[in-house]
Amino acid sequence: MSGIPLSWWLTLGTVLFGVGTIGVLTRRNALVVFMSIELMLNAVNLILLAFARQRGDEHGHVLAFFIIAVAAAEAAVGLAIILSVFRHKRSVNLDDVRALKH
Amino acid sequence: MEQVIFWILAIGTVASSVAVIVPPMGRNPVHGALSLVVAFFFLAGLYVMLVAHLVAVLQVLIYAGAIVVLFLFVIMLLNIQSEDLGHPRPTISKLIGVIAVGFVSIVLIGFILKDKGMAEPPVGLPSDSTFGTVKTVGNLLYTSYIVPFELTSILLLVAVIGAVIMAKRRL
Repeated sequence: MSGIPLSWWLTLGTVLFGVGTIGVLTRRNALVVFMSIELMLNAVNLILLAFARQRGDEHGHVLAFFIIAVAAAEAAVGLAIILSVFRHKRSVNLDDVRALKH
Repeated sequence: MEQVIFWILAIGTVASSVAVIVPPMGRNPVHGALSLVVAFFFLAGLYVMLVAHLVAVLQVLIYAGAIVVLFLFVIMLLNIQSEDLGHPRPTISKLIGVIAVGFVSIVLIGFILKDKGMAEPPVGLPSDSTFGTVKTVGNLLYTSYIVPFELTSILLLVAVIGAVIMAKRRL
């Protein structure tokens, strides 16, 4: 089983991470930026699991588990922040949130 | 056979991730969230190919189940009209960002594909292997990683309290 070389998995993970990064950099909708961050976390998980499979070592699975738990916490807090920003500004556009800029 | 499955899952993952961020689908955040569910399911399939059964199940349960539902819930609660978001303007800084990310990714992929050690497929697992099952990973979690595991529960508790305090109008 699993005759896929490690380099293919790493390439896929890099592409996914790049897609997520481009989403964070170009989109101004806070919700879409958040989804892009989830994509980046998943790309990292994929790479971790690929290395775990290559080395026959389950410690990578434990790390992936912790990443999923932290992503869940981050999503809860982040969406709460977006919600309270929306109440103040009536907007989820990140360019409108610049209270700390000046 | 296995490579065919890999390619199907990989192309599906990349296509649905691109659909999350590119405006035709990503313009409406609900469509973006639904593409995200599709991407997470494809990724769960890839995790199964990597013999990470527990992580694949958690991916479907937590990511596709809990997190995306939370996203959809907030999107529908905010009820954003597309006029509220303004028109996306392609600025020079965005263009530079995309070029930089593309350049770094291509350089990284070039190094990955050049490395001889990474080009070999991993050794096959024995047929009675327990690699990646709930039992083995659970054993690790409750023995070597018991302190981080308990700290994670505290983190989740703090996150829940923080989310309630953030989102509540008046405490």
